[in-house]
Amino acid sequence: MSSLPGPVPVPVADGGGVLAVVRRGWRAVAWYVTGVLGESDYARYVAHLRRVHPDAEVPTVREYWRERHAAQDANPGARCC
Amino acid sequence: MRSPEHVELVRTDPDLPPVAIIDRRPMTTGKKLTFAAIGIVAAVAWALVAFVRGEDVNGAYFVVAAVGTYIVAYRFYARLIEYKVVRPRDDRATPAEEHENGRDFAPTDRRVLFGHHFAAIAGAGPLVGPVLAAQMGYLPGTLWIIIGAVLAGCVQDYLVLWLSTRRRGRSLGQMIRDEMGSIGGAAGLIGVFVIMIIILAVLALVVVNALAESPWGVFSVGMTIPIALFMGVYLRFLRPGRVSEVSVIGVVLLVLAIVAGGWVADTTWGAEMFTLEPVTVAWLIVGYGFLASVLPVWLLLAPRDYLSTFMKVGTIVLLAVGVLIAQPAVQAPAVSSFAIEGNGPAFAGALFPFLFITIACGALSGFHALISSGTSPKLVEKESQLRLIGYGGMLTESFVAIMALVTAISIDQHLYFTMNAPATLTGGEPGTAADYVNGLGLAGPPATGAEIQGAADAVGEESIISRTGGAPTLAFGMSQILGSFLGGASLQAFWYHFAIMFEALFILTTVDAGTRVARFMLSDTLGNLGGPLRRFRDPSWRVGAWICSVVVCGLWGAILLMGVTDPLGGINTLFPLFGIANQLLAAMALALVTVVVVKKGYLKWAWIPAVPLVWDLAVTMTASYQKIFSPEPTLGYWAQHNAFREARAAGETSFGTATDTTAMDAVIRNTFLQGTLSIVFAVLVLTVALVALWVCVKAIRAGGLPTTEEPDTKSAMFAPSGLVSTDTEREVAAQWTAYYDENPDKLRAGTHA
Repeated sequence: MSSLPGPVPVPVADGGGVLAVVRRGWRAVAWYVTGVLGESDYARYVAHLRRVHPDAEVPTVREYWRERHAAQDANPGARCC
Repeated sequence: MRSPEHVELVRTDPDLPPVAIIDRRPMTTGKKLTFAAIGIVAAVAWALVAFVRGEDVNGAYFVVAAVGTYIVAYRFYARLIEYKVVRPRDDRATPAEEHENGRDFAPTDRRVLFGHHFAAIAGAGPLVGPVLAAQMGYLPGTLWIIIGAVLAGCVQDYLVLWLSTRRRGRSLGQMIRDEMGSIGGAAGLIGVFVIMIIILAVLALVVVNALAESPWGVFSVGMTIPIALFMGVYLRFLRPGRVSEVSVIGVVLLVLAIVAGGWVADTTWGAEMFTLEPVTVAWLIVGYGFLASVLPVWLLLAPRDYLSTFMKVGTIVLLAVGVLIAQPAVQAPAVSSFAIEGNGPAFAGALFPFLFITIACGALSGFHALISSGTSPKLVEKESQLRLIGYGGMLTESFVAIMALVTAISIDQHLYFTMNAPATLTGGEPGTAADYVNGLGLAGPPATGAEIQGAADAVGEESIISRTGGAPTLAFGMSQILGSFLGGASLQAFWYHFAIMFEALFILTTVDAGTRVARFMLSDTLGNLGGPLRRFRDPSWRVGAWICSVVVCGLWGAILLMGVTDPLGGINTLFPLFGIANQLLAAMALALVTVVVVKKGYLKWAWIPAVPLVWDLAVTMTASYQKIFSPEPTLGYWAQHNAFREARAAGETSFGTATDTTAMDAVIRNTFLQGTLSIVFAVLVLTVALVALWVCVKAIRAGGLPTTEEPDTKSAMFAPSGLVSTDTEREVAAQWTAYYDENPDKLRAGTHA
C-alpha cells in the first residue's frame, strides 16, 4: 500500500530457499530503480487519484507522461555541477 | 503496544495509530562499542594518511578515514544539529503530505528520495575540483573534503532543506527575499543568475578540453545525442513509461559507442572527420545548449537525464570498488611547494584561500542550496528524514570527491603536471613537456618524452600534454585503476574513454538543464518588468523562449570561447572564478540559514551555520581581494590586465605568453571581464552578508522575530526516520498496516482533500 511504501513483500510460495531470496532481491532492486528513475510515479499517481478523487478520469500511461513532460517543459529543475 | 522507557508515541488523532515516535533511549553498550571501534579505525587511518610518507601511503587509507569520519559525524554531529536546530516534529505534516497531488507533491520513500536527491546534487564538480587541487599535495585536499563536508557542506544542505520543507518547498531566492527583504532578495537573484552563467561556461570548458583533438572522445560523446533522441522517441511513441527498460538500452548503446569510437578513431576518415579544434568543439557545445533549451523536454533532456543517473551511480560504485581492490600507491607529496608558494601551474594562488575555492563542490557547494530548496522538500514524508536526505546526501558526494582525489594523487607526478600545466608552459610537445616537468623538482625519476607519448598511446589519444580541466586527468587515473584489475593494459584505452564519456555526460546534462533554468529566470525577470515585456512571462510563447535561449547561450558561450582562446590557459584563469561563484552562493545560503536560526531564538546554536558562514566569507573575500588587488600578474586579474596594457601601449608585439598583438588584446579583454566579474561577485555577497547581519542584530534586540514558516498542519501518516527502521518504528508501521486492513475506507486521503 502506498501509505506505507517499501518493497512489496513476496509471498514465500516456493517454500523459501535460494530462489525466493533471489526473487525478493530482484524485486527490491526493481522497486528501488523504478522509484529513483521515476518509472513508478505513474502507479503512484493513479493510486492517488483512486484514493482521493475516485470520480476523476484516470489517464493512460501515455497521457500521463505527455502531461508530465509538458509540465517539465514549463518548469525545469536544475541539475548540479 | 506498550512503548519502552524513553520512547514516546505521538498521536494526532485518538482513532489513528501514532504518527511520530520520539525515541530518547540511550545507546546500547553494543552500539557504543561499535561506534568506538569505528572511531578508532578512522583515527588510525587518519594517522596513516597524515604521518606515513613516500610509497607506503595507500589509497585505501583515505577511503577508510573518510567513511569512518562520515559515520561518526552523521551519528553525532548531525544528531546534535537535529536536536538543537532542526527540532523535527513528525506530528507536523510535510508539504508532501499536506499538499499531496500525486505529482510534484508526493510522499516518497526516504531511501528512494535519497537516491533522487543524490542524483540531483552530484555532477562533475566533485570530480574535477579535487583533481586540480591535487597539485597542492594530498593532505590539504583530503582534510578539506572531509572536514569541510562534515562542518560546512552537509550543514548547509541539511538546513536549507529544512527551511524549504517548512516553507512549502520554496526556492532559495524566494526564501532570501522573504526572510531578508527586497535588497537581499535582489542581490540573491542577480547572484544566482550570474553564477549559473559562469558555472555553465566553466563546465563546458572542461568538456572542450577533454574532447578537442580527440576523435575517439568526440565520436563517442557525440553519439550520446542520437542515443538520447532515440530513447526520447521510444518513450514517447513506442513504450511510454518504460523508463528503466529504455535506460538499460541506452547504457548498452553508450558502451557500444565508446567501443566504436576506438574503431572510428583508427580509420583515416574517422580521424580526419572527428579531430576538432577546441574552438569548433566550443561552438558545437554552444549550439547543443541552445537546441537543448528550445527542444521539447521529452526529446532530449529527459532521456539524457535517465542515462546520466544510471551512469553516475554505476561509475561511482565502480570507482569505489576499484580504489579498494587496486589500492593504488600514492605518488603525490603530502604538501607540495605549490601550496605554500602559490605558483602552481594548474591554478595560481596559495593554499589559503585557493584550495577551498578549487575543491568547492566536494566539500561545500552553494549550488546544492538551489537543489535542496524546491524539489526534495515536496517529496519528503517526515521532517526527521531530512538528516538522511540532506546531511547524508552531501556526505555521499564528499565520498565521491575523495575517490576523485585518490585517483588524481595516484598518477605519476610528472604525468599529472604534463596534463595540467597550460600549453604555454609545456610547449605542447613530448620533449618540451618532459623538460618542463623535470624542472619542477618533483619526486620520482625524471620523465622522458617517450614516456609521455607512451602514456598517451596507452589511452588511445594523440597527446596528453596540457589536457587541462581535470576531466582527462581523472579519466587517465581511472583507466589505470580500473585497468589494473579489469582487462589490464588492453582495456586501458576503453576505460579512459568510458570516464571521459561519463564526465561529458554529466556536464552536458548540467549544461542543458542549466541553460533552460537560466532561460526561465531571464524570461521571468523580463516579464516582471511589465509593459510590452510582460509577454515573456508566458512560457508557451516560442519567440520569447528563443530570444532568452539565445541570450543565455550567448552569455556563457562568450565566456567559454574566451576561455578556449585564452593565451594564458583558460582553466587556470576561469576555474577560480567558478569556485568563487559557487562558494559565494554557499555564503548566501548559509547567511539565510543563520538569519532564520537567530530569528527563531536559537541564538545559542547559531554557531552551527555561522561558523561555516564566517569561514566561507573569509575564503571568498580573500580570494576576491587577491583576484582584484594582487600585484602579482598570475594571480590578480587587474595586475595582468595593466601589465598587458602597458606593454601594448609601449608598442610591444609580444608579451609574456602572448606571442602576437591579437593574443595581447585577448588577454587585455579577458582579464577585464574576469576582473569585473570578481568585483560584481564580491559586491553581491557583501550585500547579502551585511543585510543578514542587520536582520540578525534586529532579531537579537527584539529577542527573536517571526519567520515565514508555514503554520502547523497535523500529520496523519507514519514513516521511519533513518535508513534502517528501529524496532519501535517497525511495530508502529505494523499498526498502520493493520489499521488500513481493518478500515480500507480510511486510506490516507491527503489533508487537503
